[in-house]
Order: sequence, then C-alpha cells, then structure tokens
Amino acid sequence: MKTSNSKKQKNDNKPLLTLQKAPTGIAGLDEVTGGGLPKGRPTLVCGEAGSGKTMLSIEFIVRGAMQFNEPGVIMTFEEQTEELAVNVASLGFDLQKLQADKKIKMDYVHVSRSEIRETGEYDLDGLFIRLGYAIDSIKAKRVVLDTIENLFGGLKNKGILRAELRRLFAWLKDKGVTAIITGERGDGKLTRHGLEEYVSDCVILLDHRVVNQISTRRMRIVKYRGSLHGTNEYPFLIDEEGIAVLPVTSLKLDKGITSDRISSGIPSVDEMLGGKGFYKGSSILISGTAGTGKTSIAANFADGVCRNNARCLYFAFEEPPQQIVRNMRSINLNLDKHVKAGLLKFFAARPTLYGLEMHLVAVHKAIQQFKPSVVIIDPITNFVSIGSLREVKNMLVRLIDFLQNEQITVMFTALTLNDMVNDQTDEAISSLVDTWLLIKDIEWNGERNRGLYVMKSRGMKHSNQVREFVISDSGLELIDVYIGPDGILTGSAREAQVIQEETGVAIHNYALSRKDREIIRKRKVLESKIASLNSEFESVEEELNKVYEEEELRKQILNKNRETIQSIRRGSENKDEPKNTGK
Amino acid sequence: MTTENEKKWELRLYIAGHTEKSVTALNNLRRYCEEHLKGQYKIEVIDLLRKPQLAEGDQILATPTLVRKVPEPIRKIIGDLSNEEKVLVGLNIIPA
Repeated sequence: MKTSNSKKQKNDNKPLLTLQKAPTGIAGLDEVTGGGLPKGRPTLVCGEAGSGKTMLSIEFIVRGAMQFNEPGVIMTFEEQTEELAVNVASLGFDLQKLQADKKIKMDYVHVSRSEIRETGEYDLDGLFIRLGYAIDSIKAKRVVLDTIENLFGGLKNKGILRAELRRLFAWLKDKGVTAIITGERGDGKLTRHGLEEYVSDCVILLDHRVVNQISTRRMRIVKYRGSLHGTNEYPFLIDEEGIAVLPVTSLKLDKGITSDRISSGIPSVDEMLGGKGFYKGSSILISGTAGTGKTSIAANFADGVCRNNARCLYFAFEEPPQQIVRNMRSINLNLDKHVKAGLLKFFAARPTLYGLEMHLVAVHKAIQQFKPSVVIIDPITNFVSIGSLREVKNMLVRLIDFLQNEQITVMFTALTLNDMVNDQTDEAISSLVDTWLLIKDIEWNGERNRGLYVMKSRGMKHSNQVREFVISDSGLELIDVYIGPDGILTGSAREAQVIQEETGVAIHNYALSRKDREIIRKRKVLESKIASLNSEFESVEEELNKVYEEEELRKQILNKNRETIQSIRRGSENKDEPKNTGK
Repeated sequence: MTTENEKKWELRLYIAGHTEKSVTALNNLRRYCEEHLKGQYKIEVIDLLRKPQLAEGDQILATPTLVRKVPEPIRKIIGDLSNEEKVLVGLNIIPA
C-alpha cells in the first residue's frame, strides 16, 4: 500500500500526465488503441477457446522483446512452455532462443486438483514469488498470464482465490509491468470467473464467429480507461506473420485529394472521360454481365499503369493469375512482362477461402506490403457469395476509405447476372464509387454486342454517348454506334448500315454525273441549234440585204440613167462627171 | 533411526517468510509427524522469499505448501494444515 501511495503522489506532481502506452507492435492494434496497451497496467484479453488470446499475448511479449527492447515474462497455466514454443514457431518466433538470450522468460504453472489438497488457510504468495522472481531475473517490462482462470479449476477455496487475484493485479500495477491477462469467455459475462471485475483499465474482447461456414475473427476494445479508442469490432487475421488487425474505419477523416489524372489504358475510354481518364485516388466500378470484357478493361488499365512504371496490385478472385495472363495475350496484352519487372503483382484467392473481413485484412496487408499506386479487384461480386450485399458494401466502404487515404486508385469489376440483379448490385455499390462504367449487352438482330456507357464520373466532363465496345486481336476499341430510325445499331447491323450508306453515296454520285452529262449534251444540242438559227438568220439577213442593195443599185442606175438622159438633153461636155460621182 | 527409515518420508514445506500461516503449518506438520511417523520422516523447510528460484521446480503456487517427495507419487497439500485428518489422508498415512 505504501508503495502505491508514493507512486500516486509522484504521478500527481506531473501536470496533465496522459496515459502512457506500451506499443504492441501488432499490425493495426496500435492504431485501434491509439498507441498500444496502457503502460504499467494490466489488460484483460478475453474470448472463447481458439479465439487467438494466447497468440495475441505471445506476440505482445515477443514483439516487445524484439522491437521495443522490453523483456517479457510468459506465465502459462495451460500449455507447457515447450508446446507453446512449438506452436508459435510457425510464426517465426523462436521462444527458446529469446529465453536463452534473457529477452523473455517462460514459466509453466501446473495446476491440477487431483494432486493438490487443501486444508486451512493459505495464500498465493508462491505464485507472486515465482512471478516476481521471473520478472526480476530478466528485468521484465511485460507480463502475460495465460490463462490465470485455470487456477479456479485447481483450487477449491474461491474466496481465497478471488482475494488473491485482486491482490495479484494490484501487485502487477505496483511492479509497473504492462500485463496481459487472458480469460475464457463466460455465459453472459466477459470471462467465466469475472476477471473483468479485477482488471478494469483495458479490456479487449476477441471473437471467432462462423457464419455460413466461414469464420471471421473479430476484436473489440470493450473499455480502455483514460484513452480514446476505436469502439467498433475490428476483424483480424492470424497468418504466418502473426496477428494483423484491421482498423477498418479510421478515426480520422483527412484525405488528401488531388486532381491528377490517370489514364485508363484505353485511349477511347479516356476520351469519354473528358480526354484524360480517371482521377488519381478515385474508385472506379466496371459492371456488366458475364463475358462483357470487364477483366479485359481491368487488364488494360493494369497494363497502362505498368507502362508508366507505376505499381499495380491485381486481386483476382475469380481466375488464377496465369489464366488472366494467358487470356490477355489474346487481345495483345503482355502482362507477363510487367509481372517479371515487378510492377504488376497478382493476389489470387477464392472468396470462399475466408470471411469478408478476413479478405479485407488480407487485402490491406497485401496493399501495405506492395505499395501499389493502382489496385484492381476482379470481381467484387463474388463476395456476395460469402456475405450479404450490405456486408459487402460495408467492406467496400472501408476499403475505399483506406485506399483514398493512401491515394491509391482502385478499379472494381462487378458481375451482373441480369437486369434485375444488375440494378440491385450496382445501386448498392455505385453510390460508393466515383466513376462507373457500365457495359451492357445489346442483343439484336441475332447477335450480341457490347455497349459501353459512362454511368457517372464525379467531377469531370464525360460523354453521355453509348459506344460500341469491340474486343479484337489487337486490343480494345470503342466505336461510335449508329443511331438510326430503328434505334441504335451495333455489330454487323452497324457494319451493314455503313455499307448501305456507302452504296447510297456511290449511286448518288453516279446519278449526279449522269445528269451532268445530260446537261452537257443538251447544251451541245442547243448550241448547234443556235448555230443553225444564226446561219439561217444570216441568210435571211443576206436576203434582206440583197433586196436593199438591189434597191440601191436600181436607184443608182435610175439616177445615172436620169443624169445620162439629162446630160444627153444638155449636151455631152459633162459626160464623164456624173459617171464618177455615181459610183 | 536407520537410513532406510529416513528415506521413507521426505517432506518439504514451502513457506513465504515467517508468517502466521507458515508457523502454524510447520507446527501442525511437526505434531502429526511425531505422532504418526516418529523417526521415519525428514522435513525440509524452504523459504521462497530467500530461494525464489525453487518455486518453479515443485510447481508451487500457494503458500504454505507441503510436498511429499518420498514416497512417490508426489503429493501436495496447501494451507496451514489445520485439519489433521485431511493432512493424514493427503499424505496417505492413513487410508481415506
């Protein structure tokens, strides 16, 4: 008591001392708890059998010893230390070596009712001394008691036990060690024996649920005295690297937004999106029925990203990566090259492998490791098979949230089965995404063709036109559809229409040239007619002129004659003169 | 007191300091042994406050703890040993 009082006074002297925390080093847990477990205080970790309590505790100790230079004591009441060492060896934790290096100390406390008889008063000083000795021998800063409730099975006198446990936790606080005490989940209580009554600083509840035969591990901070903490259930994963907790919805909302663009890898799609493609860090949904080329668009996007020397992480939840690479070769895409260059990475998993949350954790981990600038998830709709639509949506919200924070562009593909489901699925997801490309089957005239629409694209000018989406040996292409009196025409109908139009033009041209020739001929006829009329006119004119001349001539002759007669009458002196003038 | 007799009962009493409980336990134990095992027993008292490293070997949790090392199998009785019958049954000195 004295020691605790003096400690309290010490703390009071420091103004506004906030709770110090001991980082766990466990991915995600430190984010959820805002820095780790309360330093120098006990934390209760409770959960059902197999929920990962021991794993969490051991990782806390091992990471403490290895990363934070805080030696730790593992006091186990369940497993022999050798068994424990073997169990966690799969995570790459070498407990024996750490023990030899005096970084950790393991102590197995064996409690068996059959071996122990009780008579009269006793206390648990033996345990205190053992623990104290272990702590002092390596100067431990961390302690794990796993699972101390086993004492209840070994000792009959519950009154003594409870009093002693209370004393133990107070003693741990006095020692100033950061402790994890594990406890089995009880009916309607956090722990079977009510340990939560004694450990009140921080309580973490682990849960392992199986829904539709798919298991999901979840973690919740039930309480954390004196600290802000995430209150949700956080999924976590135990894999070959230990525990990874997913802080699904981050406590902060400060996303950096850029207006940089990123090409879709298909020039004609970029053109539909204001000529520049998607926003960087935005989310894109490609939806369409089976076989509409969603994966092809996604692969083109990946290819485009990699060609710009950026990294792309491709989550294939439907096809094995090799199959995607092979199939994309048929449309003139060489993804293998990017894989070898380390720019493109495939992450393949069957959706049914584990629950949604676990997938999310796995996706997070993969993203954090690879640090891509673009993530493709192909397809998201397969997740509906392991969770309800609402859950899938929830998962996507979290994923998009995370990706936006990291400024990673994400492209989802979504399979729509028919129009009914189509609307449902898309509506649920579409409100989350920034850009939504829809590929629709246009079935007409005995064939199926693909039409691509931009359903929405936030914050950019985008085409409202349907384009025909053609996949050929040379790649993907968007072609303007023909819009005629019978609606839009695609495929061979469009081709036919184009040919028909070309024919029409040829015929028209031919007709025009024939008319031209006709005109020329007409002109020629007319011209010749004009010529003949002209010559007729000349002849008439000549005729008329002839009359005039004759008249004139006659007049002259008459005049001459008259003059001749006159001169004859007067004499013959002027005989020559009138002749000259007359001419 | 032959060596054989000495070996017949080897008892170890773990205590944590000279508390009321440990003194009571030791007194009780001595009394029972004198009554029932006179000359055939050996009592070793281990104070864990002085030798904490010994607690792990005999899996000691509680104090006081009486451990019957010989004859085998090992038996443990915890508490101040105030109930004579329980102690004697526990040590298999008298049948249950």
